Amino acid sequence: MSRQIVIGAGLLIALVVFPLLSPWSTVILTVALCEGLAALGILVLLRAGQVSFGHGLYFAFSAYVVAFMATARFGHEVLLLVPIATAASGLLAALIGLFIVRYRAIFFGMLNLAISMVFFSLLEKLFSITGGADGKRVPRPTLAGMTLERESFEFWMFYITLALCVVAALFVARYLLSPGGKALEAIKSNETRLEYLGVSSRKVLFGAYLLSGLLAGLGGAIIALVSGHVTPELAYWVRSGEFVFIAILGGAGGVAGPFLGALMFQIIRGYAAVYAPETWHAVLGVMLLIIIFFAPTGLYGLIAGKKRAAKPPAAVERAGAGQ
Amino acid sequence: MILLAALDGLAYGSLIFLVAVGLSLIFGVLGVLNIAHGSFYAIGAYVAASAVLAAAGMGLPTWLAFPLFLISAILVGVVVGGTVEALLLRRVYRKEEVLQLLVTFAVFMILEDAQKVIFGTQPLFANAPMNWLGTIEVFGIFYTNYQLVLIPLVALAVLVGLRTFLRRTSFGRAIVAVTQDREAAMAMGIDATRVYLITFIIGASLAALGGALSSSTTSLTPGIGSGMIVLSFAVAATAGLGRIEGAAVAALMIGLGRSAAVYFAPEFDVLIPYLIMVVVLLIKPEGLFTTLQTRKV
Amino acid sequence: MTDLILEARELELRFGGVQAANGASLQVRANERIAIIGPNGAGKTTFINLCTGYIKPQSGRVIFAGQDVTALSPRAITRLGIGRSFQIPQLFIENTVIENLLLALSAREGTWSPFLKLTKHPKVDEMWVLLEIVGLKDTGHRIVRELPEGMRKLIDIAVALALEPRLIFMDEPTSGVSSHEKFQVMDTLTRALDARATTAIFVEHDMDVVARYASRVAVWSGGRIALEGSPDEILNHPEVRETVIGAGV
Repeated sequence: MSRQIVIGAGLLIALVVFPLLSPWSTVILTVALCEGLAALGILVLLRAGQVSFGHGLYFAFSAYVVAFMATARFGHEVLLLVPIATAASGLLAALIGLFIVRYRAIFFGMLNLAISMVFFSLLEKLFSITGGADGKRVPRPTLAGMTLERESFEFWMFYITLALCVVAALFVARYLLSPGGKALEAIKSNETRLEYLGVSSRKVLFGAYLLSGLLAGLGGAIIALVSGHVTPELAYWVRSGEFVFIAILGGAGGVAGPFLGALMFQIIRGYAAVYAPETWHAVLGVMLLIIIFFAPTGLYGLIAGKKRAAKPPAAVERAGAGQ
Repeated sequence: MILLAALDGLAYGSLIFLVAVGLSLIFGVLGVLNIAHGSFYAIGAYVAASAVLAAAGMGLPTWLAFPLFLISAILVGVVVGGTVEALLLRRVYRKEEVLQLLVTFAVFMILEDAQKVIFGTQPLFANAPMNWLGTIEVFGIFYTNYQLVLIPLVALAVLVGLRTFLRRTSFGRAIVAVTQDREAAMAMGIDATRVYLITFIIGASLAALGGALSSSTTSLTPGIGSGMIVLSFAVAATAGLGRIEGAAVAALMIGLGRSAAVYFAPEFDVLIPYLIMVVVLLIKPEGLFTTLQTRKV
Repeated sequence: MTDLILEARELELRFGGVQAANGASLQVRANERIAIIGPNGAGKTTFINLCTGYIKPQSGRVIFAGQDVTALSPRAITRLGIGRSFQIPQLFIENTVIENLLLALSAREGTWSPFLKLTKHPKVDEMWVLLEIVGLKDTGHRIVRELPEGMRKLIDIAVALALEPRLIFMDEPTSGVSSHEKFQVMDTLTRALDARATTAIFVEHDMDVVARYASRVAVWSGGRIALEGSPDEILNHPEVRETVIGAGV
C-alpha cells in the first residue's frame, strides 16, 4: 500500500516538474495522460477478468462531441466541453452497458470490438457530417473564459489534465478497495459464489463499465482539445488494442500503472518514430510479448517488486457447484 | 442490380469464408481467438502476389499462378503459423484468456510491420491470373471467371475437404475429439500438442489461401489484414465460434449483405458486417449455428 | 403446521438419460437439522441445486416461507434468506478470508459506497466473531488459495452464515475434515446455527455425524426420498443399513 503511494507520488512529481524544464513535452505528456485515463478504464475491467477491444468507441465518441460542440461554437469553453463530452460518453457507456454486462470473456471483448467498429465505419462513411477519414478540426476554445495562445493553452491543459488524472486515479484506487471493487474481482474469481451472496454480478460489472466509459471519455475529450483534430482512427480497433496494451505494459496492479504504461508507450513511440519509423508497432509487439512472458506484473510490478505467485489453472477452482 | 449484388456477394463471401473458417477452426480446437489471423491473410496475399510477379518476370506461363497460390498459402501457414504456435501460443494455453488474446495482438503488431518491411508500402497489384481466366456472361452481365467460378469453387472445395478430413481421417477425428473434450481426448492418448500445432497451421494456411486468391482481385496495401480480421470475427461469431458449415452460411450472409449495401446504400457497405455481428451476438451470443449445450451440474 | 419453512413438492428433473430428481419432496420445519444421506448419484446435490435456483425443475414447486421460489434465480433466493455452502468450496480464492466474509456482509447490508474501504466496514468485528465461532480466527488475514481444503469448507459455510440466512444448505460440511475433528467442527457449526436460529439441511456421508447432529434424516435414492424419519429409526432400518451404510459410503 505504501509502495503504491510512493510510486504514485514519484510519478506525479516527475510529471509536475518535467514540462517546466522542457516545454516542448507538454503536448506529448498530455496525450500520454489521456491514453493513461483510457487504460485506467481498461484496468478496472481487467479486475473483473474482462478485456475490451472496443474502448476506442468512448474515446472517439467524446472527442467528436468536443469537435462538434467546438465547431458549432456551442459551449466553446474547456470547462464546459470536457464535462459535457465525458458525460455523453458515460451515457453511451450506460446504454451499451445495459446489455453488454450479460457477456463474458471473448463475447464481451468481441461485442465491444464490433460496436466500436460500427461507430468507426459511421465516422468514416458519413462524410458530410463527420468529415470522413480526414476527420474534423477542433478550434481552440476558451479556458475559464480566457482566449489563450497555443503555448499557454497547452501548458494549462497539461496541468488541468494532470490534476484530473490524479483525482481519477485516487477515485479508482478507493473504488477498487471498496466492497464494489472487491465484488468486481469476485466476478473474475468466482461468479457462482457472488450470485450466492445475493449480489448481481451484472450490476457490479455495469458500474465498472460505466466508470471505464467515463474514463475513456475524459481522455478522448482532452485529446481532441490538445491535438486540435479528431479522426475516425480514434475509434479503430487497433487504437482500442493500444489501451489494453498500455494497461498491461503498466501493470494492472495499481492505478499508477496505466499512467506509467502510457508514458512508456509515448517514449517508445517517440524513439521509434526516429529510429524505426516503419516498425514501431513491431517494437510494441515485442515489448508486449516480453512483458507477458517475463514480467506479467508490468512496469508497476517491476518497480513495486511485488510478484504474484503462479495461479493454479482456473478450471480447477471453478469446478462448479455440482457433483 | 440485385443479380450483380448477389454475384459480388458470392465472390466476396467465398473469400471471407476461407479466412473465417480458419479462425473458427483454431478457436474450436485451441480455444484461442487469434487476432493475428488477418495478418496471415495479408502475408498470404503478399507472398502470392510476389511469387506471381516473379514468375511472370521469368517468363513462366500465367497458369502457374494457381499452384503458386496453393504453395504460398501452405508455406505461410507452416512457416509463419507454425512458428507463432510453437514459439508463443503454446506457452499460454493454460493462462488467462486475456493473456492469450494479448499474445496474438502482439503477433499482429509484429506481423503488420514485418509486411511493410518485407513487401514495402507501395500498392502491389498482380491481376494477371484473373485476366487469364477470362470473363463469363451471366444474364447479360459480364463477370470474371476468377471471382465468379474459381473463388467460390475453392471455398466449396475447402468446405467439403475440411468436413471430410474432420470426419473420415483419423487425424481429423482426433481434432474433433480435442474440440469436444480436451481432457478425455488426452486421456485417450491423443497428442494434443501435435493436434494444436497442425490445426493452427491448417487455419493459418486457409487464411493465407484467402489472401493469395484475393491478391489477384485487388491491389495490396498495408492494413488489409487488420480490416479482414474484424470481418472474419464477424463471420465466425455470427456462425458460432468453431462452426464450419455455419461459417459458410454466415460468410455468404455477410458477403451478400455487404454487396447489397454497396449497390443500394454505399455509405453503409463497411458497416453491414459489423451490424450483422452485433445483432447476432445480442440475440444469440453463441452464434446462429450453435445449439446451446446443457450446463454441467 | 405454521412453522413450515421450506417445502419441495414433487420436483422432477431429467437430463440425458439420468433421472436426477424423480418426484423429490421434502417438508422442513423451522430449526430442524435435516441430514440427507444416500449413495453417490442419488441426486442429493441436485436437490440442493433445485432448491437454491441453480437449476430449474421441469416440474414441481419449491416454497420458501410461504413464497413460491421455484422460478427465482440463486441471487433472489439468497436474498430471501436461503444460504448455501458447496461440495467444492466456492470462494474468492485470491482474497483473504476476512475479505470473503466482508463481501458477504456488504451483500447483506447493501453497503456499496465506493468510498468505503471493505476492510474498514463498520461491522467488521461481527465477522471476526463469526470466524471465531467456526474456529478460524487465526486465518483471517490469510489468502484463501493458500489454505487447505478442510478449512475452505468451513470458510465456505462461514460465508453463507455471514448472510444470516433463515435456512442453510450445507453440502458435505465435514468431507474435508479429518475424522477425529468432525465432531468438533459439527459442534461449532451447531452452536453457530443455534445462536442464529438457523434451520439447516446438510448432506452427510458419516453416519456417526448423522446420528449425533441430525434431528431428522432423509434417505435419498434414485432422485427422491426413499425413507425419512428420526436418526434412530433410519440408521437401524435394515434396508438402509444394507444399501447406504453397507455400500461403503
